[in-house]
Amino acid sequence: MSELIVKDKEIVVPGEELAAGLDFLPGIGTYRDGDKIVCAKLGLLHVDGRALKVISLSGQYNPKRGDTIIGKVIDVAFSGWRIDTNSAYPAMLSMKDGVSEFVVRGADLTKYYDIGDNIVVTIINVTSQKLIDVSMKGLGLRKLIGGRLIKVNPHKVPRIIGKQGSMVSMIKQSTDCRIMVGQNGVVWIQGTPENEIIAVNTIKKIEQESHVSGLTEKIKSYLEEITGKTLDSNAQSDHNNSGNENDSYEADHNSR
Amino acid sequence: MVYKQRFDGRKFDETRPIEAKAGVIARADGSAYFKIGKTAAYAAVYGPRNLYPKFKQDPERGILRVNYNMLPFSGQGDRVRPGGNRRSRELSLVIENALMPVVDLTEFPNSVIDVFIELPETDAGTRCAGICAASIALADAGVVMKDLVASVSAGKVDDKVVIDLDYNEEAYEDGPVADIPIAVIPRTGQISLLQMDGEITKEELDKAIEMAKNACVKINEIQRKALKEKYANGNGDSDE
Repeated sequence: MSELIVKDKEIVVPGEELAAGLDFLPGIGTYRDGDKIVCAKLGLLHVDGRALKVISLSGQYNPKRGDTIIGKVIDVAFSGWRIDTNSAYPAMLSMKDGVSEFVVRGADLTKYYDIGDNIVVTIINVTSQKLIDVSMKGLGLRKLIGGRLIKVNPHKVPRIIGKQGSMVSMIKQSTDCRIMVGQNGVVWIQGTPENEIIAVNTIKKIEQESHVSGLTEKIKSYLEEITGKTLDSNAQSDHNNSGNENDSYEADHNSR
Repeated sequence: MVYKQRFDGRKFDETRPIEAKAGVIARADGSAYFKIGKTAAYAAVYGPRNLYPKFKQDPERGILRVNYNMLPFSGQGDRVRPGGNRRSRELSLVIENALMPVVDLTEFPNSVIDVFIELPETDAGTRCAGICAASIALADAGVVMKDLVASVSAGKVDDKVVIDLDYNEEAYEDGPVADIPIAVIPRTGQISLLQMDGEITKEELDKAIEMAKNACVKINEIQRKALKEKYANGNGDSDE
């Protein structure tokens, strides 16, 4: 006698009853109260077989192991750096994970990364107390020089990247900008000032219209109109030939 | 004396007209506007974010920090002196306690969620409006919470048990007045705030609480609607 009270893909708010009966299982963002499953977080309901979960639409970035993020150095410690992650908790980048060369004891670490530098890192561990360890060992992980940073809603990041990085490579192709999208909602863009602005506006547009269906097509015509450049439909393969290995890796990695 | 009809012509169990909106402050992580009659409240939520001074940190869960503030021009009488006072300290605390039972901050140890409640226009029932706004704003900020807390004041004016008193009723002079702000967790009917100013009999109190609970169910619907309206166009296809 179990039944869904709310339809799949609908907006649900805390306290809303999602389903009645014991055949459904409470997933992320829900809880069981008696024989009811109740929503505990604002978001979209996602029915995954018997499990019900709520996909967040708002809120801060929640650090997860394996995420590639863009962080800012906020402190230089004795044997590493403290990184702002655009979440409630700062991360530590230890010397071992930060630089590959041998560093003498007591060396000045600011020659590698100084306070205020923006770096691309991956999260290697998050403890229950939210102590975050990050590393710079991996493809595409580096210090960002030049360009500009914007912050977007971290829950919209998968949309900005698109399937297999289709969306971001489309923007890259038409604006000739280098773009890195961190899972924490920080986006780095580098190109000529005019193109950077086009890229920023496009990303803001995607963020705002992330719910529109056929968004990729819409953004494609938007970009073509602004830049006057025709985009070929298979942006991804073309992009890979452009020789910018790091950035395309980034897009693939993030779209998982 | 007998209180035959309410000053603004409402029924005894009728609240003032309510308006609610989510996401009104762009830079906040979550925000809401809640207006009931001539009482308006803005709530802005920031965080979870780093908490300093460090001795306030709780390694088991995040803390909620509420700041209630009446704006200088908000009342009908004298200018309210800006900054906190004893009253605002108390109200910040009771609002925090009213919201605490629903929010789950175990995922955010050592951090804080800040809630700022600003009242640009007041005509009694500010803490209730503040609680309603704050719970919409917390949900908007993506905080994990069991339910949205709804709140309304109940009370007695002369010989009648009424709901949602405005300032004229609170200041009624020809008979006894009781003002009872109540916050309810609508799903379970649990009460998370109950204060009283004035005199009331046990039977009348029971009746007042019952009326307040019914009103809170309606307020809860308005709160939900406000949230759904903000995200309504977020519906449809999702990439996942």
